[in-house]
Amino acid sequence: MAFVNFSDDSTAKLLLDKIALASQSLGQVRLMEVCGTHTMEIGRLGLRSLLPKNIDLISGPGCPVCVTPGSYIDAAADLALSYGARIVTYGDLIRVPGIHTSLEEAKSKGADIDIVTSPLIALDIAKAHAGQQVVFLTVGFETTTPASAKAIMNAANEGLQNLSFFVSHKIVPPALEILIADKQLGLSGFILPGHVSAIIGQTPYQFLADQGLPSAITGFEPLDILAGILLVTDMLRHKKSAIVNAYTRIAKPQGNPLAQELVYRVFRVADALWRGIGKLPQSGLTITDEFGFFDATKRFSMGNIDDSEMPEACSCGDVLKGRIKPVECPLFGTSCTPSNPVGPCMVSSEGSCAAYYKYGA
Amino acid sequence: MTTTTVRLSHGSGKGLQELLSTVVMPALIPGGTGILEDAFVFDIPGRRLAFTTDSFVVSPLEFPGGNIGTLAACGTINDLSMMGARPMLMSVSLILEEGFAFEKLARILSSLSQICASMGIKIACGDTKVVDKGKADGLFINTAGIGIVQVGISLSAAYAKPGDAVVVSGGIGLHGVTILAQRENLHFASAAESDCAPLWPLAKAVLDAVPQTRVMRDATRGGIAAVLHEIATDSKVSIVLQESAIPIPPVVKGACSFLGMDPLHIANEGRFAIIVPADWADKAVAALRVFPNAKDACVIGHVVEKDRFPVLLKTSIGGTRPVEMPPGELLPRIC
Amino acid sequence: MCLAVPGKVITISGDIATVDMLGNITTADISLIEEVRVGDYVMVHVGFAIQKYNEEEAKITLDLLKDLAEAVEKDGIR
Repeated sequence: MAFVNFSDDSTAKLLLDKIALASQSLGQVRLMEVCGTHTMEIGRLGLRSLLPKNIDLISGPGCPVCVTPGSYIDAAADLALSYGARIVTYGDLIRVPGIHTSLEEAKSKGADIDIVTSPLIALDIAKAHAGQQVVFLTVGFETTTPASAKAIMNAANEGLQNLSFFVSHKIVPPALEILIADKQLGLSGFILPGHVSAIIGQTPYQFLADQGLPSAITGFEPLDILAGILLVTDMLRHKKSAIVNAYTRIAKPQGNPLAQELVYRVFRVADALWRGIGKLPQSGLTITDEFGFFDATKRFSMGNIDDSEMPEACSCGDVLKGRIKPVECPLFGTSCTPSNPVGPCMVSSEGSCAAYYKYGA
Repeated sequence: MTTTTVRLSHGSGKGLQELLSTVVMPALIPGGTGILEDAFVFDIPGRRLAFTTDSFVVSPLEFPGGNIGTLAACGTINDLSMMGARPMLMSVSLILEEGFAFEKLARILSSLSQICASMGIKIACGDTKVVDKGKADGLFINTAGIGIVQVGISLSAAYAKPGDAVVVSGGIGLHGVTILAQRENLHFASAAESDCAPLWPLAKAVLDAVPQTRVMRDATRGGIAAVLHEIATDSKVSIVLQESAIPIPPVVKGACSFLGMDPLHIANEGRFAIIVPADWADKAVAALRVFPNAKDACVIGHVVEKDRFPVLLKTSIGGTRPVEMPPGELLPRIC
Repeated sequence: MCLAVPGKVITISGDIATVDMLGNITTADISLIEEVRVGDYVMVHVGFAIQKYNEEEAKITLDLLKDLAEAVEKDGIR
């Protein structure tokens, strides 16, 4: 099969022209791309420089690594160094600074840390290290939660005694509700995350349209992103407000019901701490009592992860909320760079500060 | 959080640069160094020589397309070649871990020696140490080499000039992807095979066709992005790449999107960047394309006056963005 | 926030499929989606197929985009 080409240059140029045309009659348009992968792609394409002056793309809190509390990182490092647990994680978390340490630093002190590309590999690692407690750092948004749920169910089915899951899953819509309540942001619409939508579908975003914020579920190829921007701009021009799906080849209106069902067999919704933003009600997941045996916080009697201390002068909180652009932070590019990050938005490669630094403001 | 101990990310890219500039160089050469070339070039009566050394640690020791022995031979050969020097002599030092199999050692060393023989290089001296089990990852190799610089050739990372063309000798990223695929926890297998190869014949062909060649650099750790950063910085210029021109094999593209990595950051062991005056770019490319492992050689960009960013990329949709120096050890990401 | 890449299903054994991503082979748990067959393209995220890739929809989207671009053009002239 030859894929339909979603990066064709001439169509891209056509769409850019039409975005310019569609936005002509509009004032300042402020679109938030919620997803960190969008932020990365927009930077990688050099798209900001190609858009009309009156279209601003604001980066949202959609980098799961950036919103993972610093105290979570410290606690994970502590599990490895004080309890001798083997930490299994996605590569994204390795360089994220906690409050006092990072996993990279813990590793240089001898902590056992394995980098994996799937939670299922944590099960294999647990079997290979039967004499050691193995902890999987279970982070991510809705796209990732079904995988975590299945891994926990598999661990239960296989009766793995030495594996547990340290969960810091977040869910997207509650964070968007907080953002749109912040009138200071003056958002005009949303570029919604395509892969999160592949799981949760279209309806959870309806409140955006109801509150006059046209939004497009958007994929990640160049034409996808341009399509998202054009569709929202076109709705603004016609004073329409709806949730449109520009990524129907992957995201179905109803999402993925099988995956959703699985998630809620293993997890329940709970309040969650977003680094730099604070505690948001009903915005995260925690393991249900049925699978409580696999909850690392219970197994290691860990305290609450509710300390969201930020480094002094770091504006990641405002950046994550889209209140300021990364370049407006006093630390940006001077004392805070990707090789010497102060805040979480700089350290994760999809964090908005890192994306701005990498790809130019 | 200030770093006071060595991290894995100090092994390549930006991390390595920082380690060298803040700790290694000030301690080794307190007076400061000039530009760090691939090899040191010096004169003795009647001859210009180049001298270099390289250490090899790779896991696993054997991989599709090569092993630590082929890397150890090619690494030093290529560093000399990039200075326009015909490799002549090589030293080979081994650090062996207790328990290492004789058979595997012999297999690796004969790969090393075969490459040297094919290039007419004499293995002149060496050393062997054995350390306790657990103190080394099987086998580490250090090689050093001396070569004779071609008459009339003068290359340096500082010689790139605005207007010059940037040529790459072939499809990028194959070695790095091959090694990443061997890491069990990343859980993928790849059809990629390492591009590891001695580059002297290619370098010589370029220099014979274009004696005016200004810079040659092999794009090892840190990939093509890192070498172009070094050249741009040392030459006080910027380099603009054309995204659509960069040869990236599909298997590298596939692996990079799976792992969330940038092909420009992926290591090569048999690819190099060449900077030549623009009028000579076609000749350089034609000289390269004669070789099977350089059939995809092409112009990927050009040198411009110094800009805010050392390396820039014109993207497929017409945007421009800076190319980042790889931050250090490459990590797979899910986001 | 989530990288997912398309892969072609080569073999299926229970919940696990092997998938090919341009010459790179990995395994993906396919229990989250229904009726996966060998030869299908699926989107893989952290070792799971999260959805099938729908080629028909891809074509429709592209056509819609071109229509929208035309409509914007007409409006613009008006």
